[in-house]
Amino acid sequence: MTDSETMIVMSGVNKWYDDFHVLKDINLSVRQGERVVVCGPSGSGKSTLIRCINRLEEHQAGSITFKGIELDEDTKNIAEIRTEIGMVFQQFNLFPHLSVLDNCTLGPIKVRNASRADAEALAMEYLERVQIPDQADKYPSQLSGGQQQRAAIARSLCMKPEVMLFDEPTSSLDPEMIKEVLDVMVDLAESGMTMICVTHEMGFARTVADTMIFMDEGRIVEEGPPEGFFNAPKSERTKLFLSQILSH
Amino acid sequence: MTIRGQKLTLIDFVIFACVVAAIGYVAYRVENVLIYKWDWSAIPSYLFRWDEATGSLIPNLLIKGLVTTIRITFWTMLVASIIDVVLGIARTSSRLFPRLVSWAYVEFIRNIPPVPFLFLFYFFIASQVMPLLGIDDAIRDMSPGTKVVAELLFGPANLISNFASGVVSLSMMAAAYIAEIVRAGVLAVPKGQLEAGHSIGLSHLQSMRYIVLPQAVARVVPPLAGQFITLIKDSSLVALISIQELSFLAMEIAISEQRFFEVWIVTGAMYFVVCYSCALVFGRLERRIGVHRR
Repeated sequence: MTDSETMIVMSGVNKWYDDFHVLKDINLSVRQGERVVVCGPSGSGKSTLIRCINRLEEHQAGSITFKGIELDEDTKNIAEIRTEIGMVFQQFNLFPHLSVLDNCTLGPIKVRNASRADAEALAMEYLERVQIPDQADKYPSQLSGGQQQRAAIARSLCMKPEVMLFDEPTSSLDPEMIKEVLDVMVDLAESGMTMICVTHEMGFARTVADTMIFMDEGRIVEEGPPEGFFNAPKSERTKLFLSQILSH
Repeated sequence: MTIRGQKLTLIDFVIFACVVAAIGYVAYRVENVLIYKWDWSAIPSYLFRWDEATGSLIPNLLIKGLVTTIRITFWTMLVASIIDVVLGIARTSSRLFPRLVSWAYVEFIRNIPPVPFLFLFYFFIASQVMPLLGIDDAIRDMSPGTKVVAELLFGPANLISNFASGVVSLSMMAAAYIAEIVRAGVLAVPKGQLEAGHSIGLSHLQSMRYIVLPQAVARVVPPLAGQFITLIKDSSLVALISIQELSFLAMEIAISEQRFFEVWIVTGAMYFVVCYSCALVFGRLERRIGVHRR
């Protein structure tokens, strides 16, 4: 049923917060190397959708598989899957009591059992890639928002994940810092990383997305390649949303 | 007029005048209404006395009492921490029963005043638990060398069983309060930190150990320091159950010498010096830990 290239399959996924039906019959399939951008109004379930993929949230019905492994109560599966799926948060969530370098080496050392020297070499490689190698010995609070988010991306990349999830990575940044984070994300996309991004940065979406997804009230309303999505959206709801966020 | 760059205004002078007037009034009442005759001559000999046998100054009752108070506080903090580890494990258990028991324990202690608790528990522990543990027999059978060490750690040998009962009673109370402080500290670490830990593949236990707990520790040092100082002061409660710490001995001296003000002023000053020194040390510690907090 799944060919070798398919990485993530969500079928018939439903989720409730008490009485609130936050995800409704989600069907989604992501190929290796595919770049998916998810947009939609706030409260539409975008964040919940991607948080279900590394099981920071549990779904109550349907199934989610990662490379054929089902996400269920089996903790061993979950831990294994999380090492293969990186996540970047809106609020960065860097560890404030550790230096940037230690933020990056914690996972490789504790989860992958890497030696400190190897982990630090790997961390420096990725800090170079996000262009903040000179910040390695500083603490997160000493960095600007843009630098913190780039450090958070480096921290995820140090686990050498096969998929990267981005949960509104630029939404809490000052405008002049958004570009430096998006540049890193474009670079990552061009390197062939499988990515699922929740974002309102439509310029970024046009540049990198293979697939656009529009969500509203817990459903996937529209799904398709960016040309059709931006130029000729099928649903009225998508048209309205795009006209509101692209009007200026 | 300015002091340390702060400008003094009329209201500062008014407040200052009020404080001076209040002190003056109390002094006046004591001098002229109570007609209290101050006599400090007996106090120094209760701090240190001249020992004829060895020909040197040795600590007397008040200093011995202070040492007992510090011993009680130290051991109480230690025993309370052990109880707290057990409470913490029970509280985060996935089983309902351990969670319920630890919750009940904390609420039980927090909602009973210390005096009834102390009386009830002390008599139970002293009369039932201590003989069971065989502490008195153990002390009797000690070699002289071990006895010296035991006396250094727990005070006079004949009072160790009594001392231990007091420590256990106080620990059981302190543990409930410390448990709440630590719980608040853990809850104050943002949920995103745990999620970030999970997202790089750390197990729940690893995330707690490397991410949540180090941050929680930084947050709980100030309230924990406060709790420690409260404990030094609250240890005076065990005077009620005849443990010979500072307040108990002060009470005896005050009565036998009939010098209430003098004895209690000195005793209060001794508590103050110990508590304030601790506050200063903890303040420094707090500044060092707090450097990299967001």
